[in-house]
Amino acid sequence: MGIHRGHKARPMEWLAEKFIFLISLSAIAMVLLIFLFVAREALPIFFGETNTALIQPVIPTADIDKHSPAELQQYLELTPEQYTTMDKETIKTLMDVKIEALNDIPENFRNDPDAHINTTDWKYLLKAHQWTGYDKPEYIWQPVGQIKKFNIIPLFVGTLKITLIGLLFAVPLAVGAAIYVSQLARPKVREVVKPVIEMLSGIPSVVVGFFALLVMATVLQKIFGYQTRLNAFVAGIALGCAVIPVIFSIAEDALTSVPRAYTQAALALGASRWQTAWQIVLPAAIPGVFAATVLGFGRAIGETMIVLMVCSASVMSWSIFDSARSITTTIAAEMAEAVSGGPHYRILFLLGAMLFAATFISNMIGDLVIHRFKNKLEGKR
Amino acid sequence: MSTSQTRHFRAEKFDFWSFFFSGLTGLATLFIVGILVVILLNILVNGWSGLSWHFVSTIPKKDFFDVHTTGVLPMIVGTAFRVIVMTIFVIPVGVITAIYLTEYASNTSLITRVIRAAVNNLAGVPSIVFGLFGLGFFINFVGKNMDRLLHNPSAVWGQPALIWASLTLAVMTLPVVIVATEESLKAIPPGLREASLALGATKLETILRIVLPQALPGIMTGGILAVSRAAGEVAPILFTGVAYYMASLPSHLSDQFMDLGYHVFVLSTQSPNIEQTRPILYATVLVLLMLTFALNIVAILIRARVRKKLRALG
Repeated sequence: MGIHRGHKARPMEWLAEKFIFLISLSAIAMVLLIFLFVAREALPIFFGETNTALIQPVIPTADIDKHSPAELQQYLELTPEQYTTMDKETIKTLMDVKIEALNDIPENFRNDPDAHINTTDWKYLLKAHQWTGYDKPEYIWQPVGQIKKFNIIPLFVGTLKITLIGLLFAVPLAVGAAIYVSQLARPKVREVVKPVIEMLSGIPSVVVGFFALLVMATVLQKIFGYQTRLNAFVAGIALGCAVIPVIFSIAEDALTSVPRAYTQAALALGASRWQTAWQIVLPAAIPGVFAATVLGFGRAIGETMIVLMVCSASVMSWSIFDSARSITTTIAAEMAEAVSGGPHYRILFLLGAMLFAATFISNMIGDLVIHRFKNKLEGKR
Repeated sequence: MSTSQTRHFRAEKFDFWSFFFSGLTGLATLFIVGILVVILLNILVNGWSGLSWHFVSTIPKKDFFDVHTTGVLPMIVGTAFRVIVMTIFVIPVGVITAIYLTEYASNTSLITRVIRAAVNNLAGVPSIVFGLFGLGFFINFVGKNMDRLLHNPSAVWGQPALIWASLTLAVMTLPVVIVATEESLKAIPPGLREASLALGATKLETILRIVLPQALPGIMTGGILAVSRAAGEVAPILFTGVAYYMASLPSHLSDQFMDLGYHVFVLSTQSPNIEQTRPILYATVLVLLMLTFALNIVAILIRARVRKKLRALG
């Protein structure tokens, strides 16, 4: 762009340009770092390096020299840094403590087959398992107690359930409003309504959650008359409120960018305003509306505070009037009590990495569709 | 033939379905505006009575559920502190990135496309994932290594702290600043740049003396939007620095802090008696909302002016 000047003649210019370029790479660096560092904490789960079996083979303290340092470090559940700072005596004491702890496990667990399995194995993370004390194989997320159950399927179901309710509520409203504001409303109405709807996105999600908890839950229960006051339905509707402005502004943008000539031609041929909007503008803008929905989905599955405040019990059920627990809620609620570096902590990071991947993909799809749509309207290839 | 023509004419004059569907979309719009109005009015009406000078200027005792003695001063200070520190980091990086994208980069090159894709993706990352990132990167990696290098006997930086919460929020709000700055840079007439270059100024001089002063309102909008977004966010700070209770105000970057949004969460989910603590809950929400909304409205007003200029340029 512009006239090329010799770089060597102006070293400062050259330096400044390189510096600006380097700084502008920070956005890329951040995306990579996020993925790297969230995934890093989850890696041991991927490679099956964690073991949550309650009863593990005992290494007698006398055998300390027969095992490699790496084995001992893993056996004592220490990080490599911790291990290197300890002398042999400390490690011996720790091994004694470990044996005592294993001896202290209540008698009824000794014959329990569940006490011998590693619950962080992929098999137990994804598939239903016949737990002791249950009638049939079940999906259970229960990270506390002697035998910790980490089945992530209930969290997936909860997330999908709440997200779908939210989208079913938000998409028709937001797209309807987008059609109205961009095609049917008078310019004066448009100038007022647009910023007002955008203001809705300025309400912090913790405030939406608070409102859903105190006001919406009661009102909705009165209208629909269901049993539990706080359930996936309330969370979904509240989530919908938070997603509406996102879907609205993208859909409105797409509808507005349909060339004026289309509308004018349809009106000149005698179509009513509604017919023009419904049969000409909307079909032309449908990729944009689709992208708006996809981006709204990405926003909805990542929303934390609303769902955290409104419903949080993890139940494996598809009923919308039961409680549900989403992935985000689980991370937010349990990270504080998870031991840093422990299996629970790592699984929460694994969930975060999955969430990141899901929103990454939905953002990519949404952006790609919008990009193509705009190029097509502008007549580019 | 004439009958069919008249019928056709009449159908056009009053088309029931057109009327019906136009009304339906209008109702959808009204409903959305209604939700906003109901939320705001509900909070304003219920929160107004709880608001007082005493409330916003008191440091509460350990039991902040007590209606009469409680206050939100440490939460306001904590929120302001973390947001100011965030601004110091995010504005320069965001503005420089926007300058690169509009003034230097060619729109078709691969690296520009990758930067744009990264910015878009960053805007879509769930806030809780930013929280995990802050914990995994800033605290467990940067902070722990700083402690090791400085030979701190106990963890100073390798634990939740104000600086880590601010940095996490800075990463989160980076796209907001970039997009707003870019918009305002594009609104500057190319003629200004050309005139400056024609007078013999270098590209850097043109950017610093001509382009940036013109783009200032847009940069301010970006900053304000970032601040208002960050002020209400709770999820990213959950593991990176917020405290349930602190007896004193935060004074150092390695301190933990109390926060308005988190306090709303605590008051609404952990109150021993929700009916009794309702007034302070509403008042706290009102304070938070006034803070974020005042900022938002200012940003919207400046942005409207920038957009008008952009449209005038064609």
